Amino acid sequence: MNIPRKKQQEMLWTMILSRKFSDSLVELCRIEGKIPGMMILSTGQEAVGSGVCAALKQDDVIITNHRSHHHLLAKGADPKGLMAEIFCKKTGCNKGKSGTLHLTVPEVNAPCTTTVVGATLPIAVGRAFAQQYTQEQAVTVCFFGDGAADEGSFHEALNLAALWQLPVIFVCENNLYAGAQRYEEHTRVKDMAERARAYDMPGIIVDGNDAPAVYQAALEARQRALDGQGPTLMECKTYRCRGHGEQDPQHYQPRDEIRAWQEKCPIPRLSNMLIASGIINSAELQEMESMAESIVQEAVRFAEESPYPEPREALEDVYV
Amino acid sequence: MQKLGMGQAVNQALKEEMQRDPNVFIAGEGVGVSIHVNPMFPTHGLLEEFGPGRVKDTPVSEAAIAGLAVGAAEAGLKPVVEIMFNPFFTLASDMIVNHAAKLRYLSGGKSSFPLVVRIKSGAGFGAGCQHSHNLEAWTAHCPGLKVVMPATAADAKGLLKSAIRDDNPVIFIEHMGLYFAPMPVPEQEYLTPLGQADIKRQGRDLTVVTWSGMLGVAMGAAEKLSQEGIEMEIVDLRTLTPLDRETILTSVEKTGRLIVLHEATRTGGFGGEIAAVVMEEGFRYLKAPLRRVTGPDIPVPASPPLEKFYIPDQNDLIKAAREIM
Ligand SMILES: Cc1ncc(C[n+]2csc(CCOP(=O)(O)OP(=O)(O)O)c2C)c(N)n1
Repeated sequence: MNIPRKKQQEMLWTMILSRKFSDSLVELCRIEGKIPGMMILSTGQEAVGSGVCAALKQDDVIITNHRSHHHLLAKGADPKGLMAEIFCKKTGCNKGKSGTLHLTVPEVNAPCTTTVVGATLPIAVGRAFAQQYTQEQAVTVCFFGDGAADEGSFHEALNLAALWQLPVIFVCENNLYAGAQRYEEHTRVKDMAERARAYDMPGIIVDGNDAPAVYQAALEARQRALDGQGPTLMECKTYRCRGHGEQDPQHYQPRDEIRAWQEKCPIPRLSNMLIASGIINSAELQEMESMAESIVQEAVRFAEESPYPEPREALEDVYV
Repeated sequence: MQKLGMGQAVNQALKEEMQRDPNVFIAGEGVGVSIHVNPMFPTHGLLEEFGPGRVKDTPVSEAAIAGLAVGAAEAGLKPVVEIMFNPFFTLASDMIVNHAAKLRYLSGGKSSFPLVVRIKSGAGFGAGCQHSHNLEAWTAHCPGLKVVMPATAADAKGLLKSAIRDDNPVIFIEHMGLYFAPMPVPEQEYLTPLGQADIKRQGRDLTVVTWSGMLGVAMGAAEKLSQEGIEMEIVDLRTLTPLDRETILTSVEKTGRLIVLHEATRTGGFGGEIAAVVMEEGFRYLKAPLRRVTGPDIPVPASPPLEKFYIPDQNDLIKAAREIM
């Protein structure tokens, strides 16, 4: 694999940023009254967001879901706007209408985030159709979990995207759990990627904790899409290191399973590789970490100091 | 008397009905093994008691969950399936709206579908509009369905037991805001009939028709207005369809004034239906124009001050009451 140094550094950077972002929320969401609603984190899954988004250009679109922080940060979303939205503040990227579950950032081409499981797929089909229709040289990436593949929308969307050879990459982030259900408790299909065969599209299995591998697969899928060869189903095998949400005690996730996957953490995996191959040195790694830390701290400060929206702002933004 | 949250009361109803009738089973996302380990939740402990044959954890597949209920009910089983949050009803809606509600009619009265769809609903937990969206008016708009929305734990228990024994498809909507506040529930077995509203507070000046999470708002406002000498009568609808017109009209005849209070949005809300019934059948009783106090016509926002703005409160109700007194 011949991945440009800059891409490798970029992936490491967005993973570190995303992890610091999640880690700060682990603490913050436990403080009474600080953050409303649920807290759904992507700890351990960063390589999927970072690897896929590193393969994209600015004009490419991502459609993401309830577990979106790592996707959005990797696509270049402003951490302050995200954090303020998670705090439900006026300065948040969605003016407090969304909170954490449907963070939408059209500025980086993440224009339709949804927390309805399985809903990202048909929307991605439509977004990719528009790209094909206008002959835009861009693709749409659709992120969804393994659980989402059990919704009817998954099957309808894959069939249509394949039929019309739309420029879409379906990225199934298989973190081994859907809510409290372990993968094999919700489907008998051994690999989600196998389902691609039913719609006659390539189904690819990728180590979802290996950012360069994710990058490479996404790059190839993107090229196929741009060449008019249609969609790809890309299954990234990873692990949900934390509960479904932060209130979930994870009583159904074996401790040693969690530990084993923590050892496979995608961040040291890439940083060790980059240090070994001389692409970065350990001082640079430390610098990345402290820079990420200060960006996240700044985002938290911004969110905390920002005002809530005025009540009547609730009435705005329903219609154009 | 025991004190239970509404989730616990639902839990007791499920337990009693499953013990009584081996054909009753439950299915849904996380109804067995859940991400919540909390005895206040409706299906807590049922898997341990009844086993995986009768407590079916399903994949994230609402259409299949609802279809499972339709098919199994026709065979004589008594499915009680759960839709995790009201907005996800849309994914189940073909099976409910086009099938549970219509297949009996289409069969010329030959087939029947004794099923219950339990739906968790309500605003107030900061999750935003894809988790909080009160869609009861949609279901009430479908002939063939019964729609139940309890406001107290005791009613939830008695109504759910009746719903399970009913031979029609019943949509049973639980406001999650009521899960955590313990309320008195009788110890002995009882059934609460569907289709009967309940007067939760007697009053001579003004009728408030409400249901589900808004009952608490109405009762609180009634206390306050009582101190000013205004006595509100609170009609807890409990069942939207079949609608208990008689209780509503009798109350309006007594008070001469009506406010309908619901958490759902205004336009096309079920409040409009109640207003229409009173205009058609009780116009002569009215001493003042009726009022609706509802959520505004917006999706439920996540941010606390915005969500608070959305949810009708005691002040909104008191203001409306003063306007027509
Ligand atoms: C249509 C719908 N049904 C149920 C839910 C509740 N829910 C939220 S996330 C989730 C599990 C999804 O699992 P998966 O797709 O694997 O994504 P993960 O959470 O593991 O990232 C469920 C059931 C929902 N948001 N939307």
